[in-house]
Amino acid sequence: MIGWKDIPPGMVILEAGSAMKIKTGSWRAAYRPKWIEENCIHCLLCWLYCPDNSVKVKDGKRGEFDYDYCKGCGICAVECPGKKGNKAIVMEEEVK
Amino acid sequence: MATPLNLKELSKQEIRFTAGHRLCAGCAAPTVVKMILLAACDYPVVAASSTGCLEVSSCISTYTAWKIPWIHNAFENAAATLSGVETMYRALKKQGKIDRDIKFIAICGDGGTYDIGFQSLSGAMERGHDMLYVCYDNGAYMNTGIQRSGATPTFADTTTCPAGAVIPGKPQQRKDLTRIMAAHGIPYVAQASPSHWPDLMKKVRKAIETPGAKFINIFTPCNRGWRSRTDDAILLSRLAVETCFWPLYEVENGVTRVTVKPKEKKPIVEFLKAQGRFKHIFEPGREQMIEAIQQAIDKNWERLLKEEEISASGEKAE
Repeated sequence: MIGWKDIPPGMVILEAGSAMKIKTGSWRAAYRPKWIEENCIHCLLCWLYCPDNSVKVKDGKRGEFDYDYCKGCGICAVECPGKKGNKAIVMEEEVK
Repeated sequence: MATPLNLKELSKQEIRFTAGHRLCAGCAAPTVVKMILLAACDYPVVAASSTGCLEVSSCISTYTAWKIPWIHNAFENAAATLSGVETMYRALKKQGKIDRDIKFIAICGDGGTYDIGFQSLSGAMERGHDMLYVCYDNGAYMNTGIQRSGATPTFADTTTCPAGAVIPGKPQQRKDLTRIMAAHGIPYVAQASPSHWPDLMKKVRKAIETPGAKFINIFTPCNRGWRSRTDDAILLSRLAVETCFWPLYEVENGVTRVTVKPKEKKPIVEFLKAQGRFKHIFEPGREQMIEAIQQAIDKNWERLLKEEEISASGEKAE
C-alpha cells in the first residue's frame, strides 16, 4: 500500500505508462473475444478500434488477444470485416 | 519523412496511451486518443486535459496511462494551462534551451469544452497559441453521472433533464461549438469521427502541422450515458456521420469543406433507436419529436453544403 509520503509532491507521476500495472482484464463479465485466424485478413481494424490496446500486432500481422487488459466490450467483433462473410473475431462466454 | 497514415505502418509506432486505464468497457475516448497520438507519431507531444472521464480514468492515484508529458489542472482551464506551457516553450526555444519541435494538444470532454472551459478555450484560440485543442464530445457530463451539457442533443434523457411527464428529455438545442470555433477565425477547425479514422487522422495531422491555434471536435460515443450496447461505439459514430447528425467537415483559413459526404443520407431514426436515452421519443404520440430532430438536422446539413459552396466561390474570386 502506497501512503501519502511515498507520492511525489504536486501529484506528479514520474513513471510513464504505469497504468499498465493495472490488469483491467478482470473486468470482463460475460464474454471474451476469440480470434479465428483462418478468417483474418489482417486489416488491423481491431487493433485500431480496441479501446484497451488488447490486440497484438507484429510486423503488420495480427496476433493474439491480450486478455490481461481486454474488458470484453466486443467492438472488435462488431467491426471485424472477416473473410467472405465469416468473422475472424467472435464473442464467446467468459471462462474464469 | 512523415509516417504514412495506413494501419500497417502505424501499427509499428508506439501507442502513447497505454492499456490499464480505467475508462469503461467500450468507451470510445481511448480509441480517439490513440488515433490522435498516432497521427502525431512523428513529433514529441505535450498534452493537457480538463477534468472529465478521460482525466480521472487515465491518472488514478500513482498510475498514468500517458506516455507523454500530460497535465491536468482543473475543469475550466485546460486551454489556459496548455497555452502557458506553450508560451514557456517558445521562450525557452528563443533562448536556445530547447531545439526540438514539440506539439501541444489539449484533449478535453464536452463539459470542459462547451461549458466550463469555454472561456479559457476561447481566450487561447483568440491569442493564437500554437496548439491543437481537441474536444472528445460524448454529449453530457458522463464522469459525474450523465448530467446534461451544452453538447447534449435535444430530447436526450439525462439525470438533470430526465424524460418524463414534465419534460421530454433536454428541451434545448445542442450548442454548435464547431461553428463557434470557426467564428474565431483561427487557421483550422474541423469535426471528425473515429468511424472515419483516415479522415480523423488526416485532420489531426493537418492541424498539428498548421502554425497557430486549431480546434477539432471529435464524436465520442458513451455506452453508459447513451444507454447503448458496449460494442457499438464505432457503429454509432458511423451512423452519426451517415445520418448527417455529425457532419465531417473542416474550415481551413475560412474555407469550409465537407470532407465526407454520405452516399445516401440515412434517416435519423436509425441513429436514435440504438440509444436508450432516446427511448421515450419512440412512444406513441411523440412522432413529431423525431420529425423535429430530423428537420433540425436537414436544415444544418443544407446550410453546411451552402456554406461550402459560398466559401469555395469566395476562394476563386480571390
